[in-house]
Amino acid sequence: MTTTSTPTLADAASTSAAAAPRWWEQPWVLFAARRALRLLVSVWVLVTASFAMIHLIPGDPVRGALGPTAPAALVEARRTALGLDDPLPVQYLHYLQGLFTGDLGTSLISQLPVVDVVGQRLPATLALAVLAFLASVAVAVPLGTLLGVLTRRGHGRRTELAFTTTSIVVATVPDFLIGVALVYVFGVELGWLPVAGNASAEAYVLPVLSLSIGPAAILARIVRVEMVTVLEADYIRTARAKRLRARRIHLRHALPNALTSALTLGGLLLGSMVAGTVLVENVFAWPGLGSTIVSSILNKDYPVVQAIVLVYGLGVLLVNTAVDVSLALLDPRSMIREG
Amino acid sequence: MASDHGRARRWRGVLTTPVGLTAAVLLVAVAVLTVLGPVLWGTSADAVDTRDVLATPSPEHWAGTDNLGRDILARTLVATRLSMVLAVCAITVAVAAGLLLGAAPYLLGGRAGRLVSAAVNVAVAFPGLLLALFFAVVFGVGATGAVMAVGLAGAPVFARLTQTLVAQVAGRDYVSAARVAGVGRLRILLRHVLPNIAEPLVVNATIGAGGALLAFSGLSFLGLGVQSPAYDWGRLLYDGISAIYVNPAAALAPGLAVLLAGLAFNLFGESVAKGFGVPVLVGAPELRSRGRAAAAAADAPTGTDGDPDEAADDVVLEVRDLEVVFPTATGTVRPVRGVSFDVRRGEAVGVVGESGSGKSLTALAVSRLVSEDGTVRAGRLRFLDQDLTAPDSPALRRMLGTSLAMVFQDPMTSFNPTRRIGRQLAEVATEHQGLGRAEALGRAVDRLDSVRIPDAGRRARQYPHEFSGGMRQRAMIGMGLMGTPSLVVADEPTTALDVTVQQQVLDLLAEIRAADDVALVLISHDVTVVAEVCDRVLVMYAGRIVEDVSAAGLATRAQHPYTRALVAAVPHMDTDLDQPLATIPGRPVDPAEVPAGCAYAARCPLADARCRAEDPPLVAAVDGSRVACWHAGEPLPDPVVRTAEDRTGLDALDADELVEAP
Ligand code: SF4
Repeated sequence: MTTTSTPTLADAASTSAAAAPRWWEQPWVLFAARRALRLLVSVWVLVTASFAMIHLIPGDPVRGALGPTAPAALVEARRTALGLDDPLPVQYLHYLQGLFTGDLGTSLISQLPVVDVVGQRLPATLALAVLAFLASVAVAVPLGTLLGVLTRRGHGRRTELAFTTTSIVVATVPDFLIGVALVYVFGVELGWLPVAGNASAEAYVLPVLSLSIGPAAILARIVRVEMVTVLEADYIRTARAKRLRARRIHLRHALPNALTSALTLGGLLLGSMVAGTVLVENVFAWPGLGSTIVSSILNKDYPVVQAIVLVYGLGVLLVNTAVDVSLALLDPRSMIREG
Repeated sequence: MASDHGRARRWRGVLTTPVGLTAAVLLVAVAVLTVLGPVLWGTSADAVDTRDVLATPSPEHWAGTDNLGRDILARTLVATRLSMVLAVCAITVAVAAGLLLGAAPYLLGGRAGRLVSAAVNVAVAFPGLLLALFFAVVFGVGATGAVMAVGLAGAPVFARLTQTLVAQVAGRDYVSAARVAGVGRLRILLRHVLPNIAEPLVVNATIGAGGALLAFSGLSFLGLGVQSPAYDWGRLLYDGISAIYVNPAAALAPGLAVLLAGLAFNLFGESVAKGFGVPVLVGAPELRSRGRAAAAAADAPTGTDGDPDEAADDVVLEVRDLEVVFPTATGTVRPVRGVSFDVRRGEAVGVVGESGSGKSLTALAVSRLVSEDGTVRAGRLRFLDQDLTAPDSPALRRMLGTSLAMVFQDPMTSFNPTRRIGRQLAEVATEHQGLGRAEALGRAVDRLDSVRIPDAGRRARQYPHEFSGGMRQRAMIGMGLMGTPSLVVADEPTTALDVTVQQQVLDLLAEIRAADDVALVLISHDVTVVAEVCDRVLVMYAGRIVEDVSAAGLATRAQHPYTRALVAAVPHMDTDLDQPLATIPGRPVDPAEVPAGCAYAARCPLADARCRAEDPPLVAAVDGSRVACWHAGEPLPDPVVRTAEDRTGLDALDADELVEAP
């Protein structure tokens, strides 16, 4: 190649090199700082809300929990033990202090430390949510990708209509109704699978299914739409111009871009899955946080309710943050774009 | 805002889709049951029969009985009223609270407003069920508490929606005008903003009502909603599931009711949203809308371009009677209608024409890159002696991948944003040349260096968004150099770039061509660019080549009236820049509505009856140039080119008048 010198090029090069940002101006540092700040604020709001919850309840929560027949002395003793007679700011400080030292208070009903109750119940819920999430992703991403390729511009109009309609209908069915239907078919009629508890591996099948079918339908739909859009992009034409194999174009060039957009919406889905465990656990008598929070609400065992709300909320926040971070890893532009 | 007529039409549109109709019928059924359910079945739903408890379905009790012997079906039908009333109450709470929260930032403004919208943003991040549980604790277990809980849990979403809608409307001119006139914010909100956002709010409230219904039955199912002896569907489900082994119908009947009602709201809302919003079209909308005359275009006789001399040995690309056809809603459209040309080794051929002339599609067609809904046909389409109309094969892909380089118009969108530049280049070598990752990356760095990307090693690890526009385009050219190209096809390579870097890219293309005898096909709407870089120029109009002339002869020896108009429209060094730029009067031809005869006739000052009846063939002259015009080279009446000022007046005239004018 001949090298006719073009001074303009060299000039442009040197100026762009000189403008290299310092480390604290690096996009990823700014991104991490912003994201950490947002997480902190959200956690603070969550903690304050869960503290406020007990004070927003009309009447005396302890009297409510112990019932109208409980002796006044007992109620008073419990109130003191809970610190409910202190001024509000003091109570708030105690609450925060407790959180930092891992003290979530004592159950009004069982008198057990709330930390123990949560610790005992958390693993079952976590297992359910994680498995359901993995199951829905494992089904939705390949399905959505495949359908995206099949229904790309100029292809598969009928397939598209059939899939879109089916997925809307499936996604509308609430998880607890899917659960009831699954109990009926596989538990009552066929008797193949256990419908209560988490004692065996088979016992996981139905709860995980009921929790993951709806989100899988939504996610597959999102992935398909994103895939179709991405396959129209200029850079896919570039990939075709490089004469890459179709599989490489679809999986290496299109899919990551489709997933970055799908992830944002998928994150919300994952958050609602965390909450969805509450209903599904109650269908299947799953010994997790979901069945505990419902019985605690009914028993007016407020410290336990407070703690579980906090745990669920934290779960959602962590999931959202994880989604943002993986989004940034997949698509570096999002770090800059996001405000 | 839509007129009443348009609205009626759109409603009809919603109701004629199968999904919309089904949903509407279901909704009506639910409404009827809400009113009549308790009236018709109220007594049988409460009739206790202790001799017949937990019975399975029978002709007497279609869905069996509960633990007091009450008829499940009757109870399910009766429960419609309470379920619906509670859902509507909940969604009313949600919309009301959402409106307050969503309008607050606008009303309060400043710091307080920002605080409210920040709070809404935090709340939106939490799933509705979690919020509902929180409020259920605060408001207590029971129907009232659950209405508040479901309602307030739905509020953040509506608040966010309201906020967005208010911001949109508040930005409109008449609202700003009212502000300037001193009208208060609250008044503006009530008088101008709310009426304008009512429609989307109602549609979303409909979808939301379905969600509220499902959420409410969820709460009742958990035992936190409606309490005995009252019952809604969720409560019936709660009672039914404990007896599911004895009488499954006790759980299935109310479950089905919830499902159908929820689906009815959701699907109806979605259909309305789709019918009133912009429907999502798959495929190219601009091609669809052109469908009307497409059939006519397809039937028009295929013009055959004058054959260039029999292909010589050094021909790299040989194109004969190339056509590109796209399907449309009503037929087909043919934006490229019989194009023939050759490109020799090391030759630079420019293709010029207005947008819609088919020049870019021609470039894509000869590179086998026309999108898959299009059909490419050609009498002959050969590149380096390989038939490009053959089906795809690994050998063909390898040959094209290493010998044909593409440069696209917009380097920003033409690189994959999620892959590092170096990897994107290296891919060519790993795919086609059997190189390992490291080796391929090494070659990529080398090529980036050769297109003068400074600090190529570091740059190769960067993402496209970290490159400047000019650098990206050079990197794109570098990508083409990963193989050993015999032909570079560049489609408007400088159009999207800053004027300052355009020349660098053109110089680079010229260098590559000179160094390795690489042929170049340069697509451009800019005659100056083409004349500068190319040896030969193909002028395209309405999907055909109308003139093929040497670049040197473009200014002086062009024969076709269109070419001459293009050349005359170029500002010269001596053009008085205070004068308005010359343009060609009339509009380019729509590919779906190509007229009979010469496509340029409507804009041509020399057009006569023959021009409008017969399409002139592309005829070769002795010097190798070609032209398609019945009156090639005839003197043009003065003025050939009108100034932009005249054009406004001319555009007002009908195209026919323009031609007929003496
Ligand atoms: S054929 Fe007739 S209408 Fe067409 S360019 Fe020539 S003179 Fe004009």
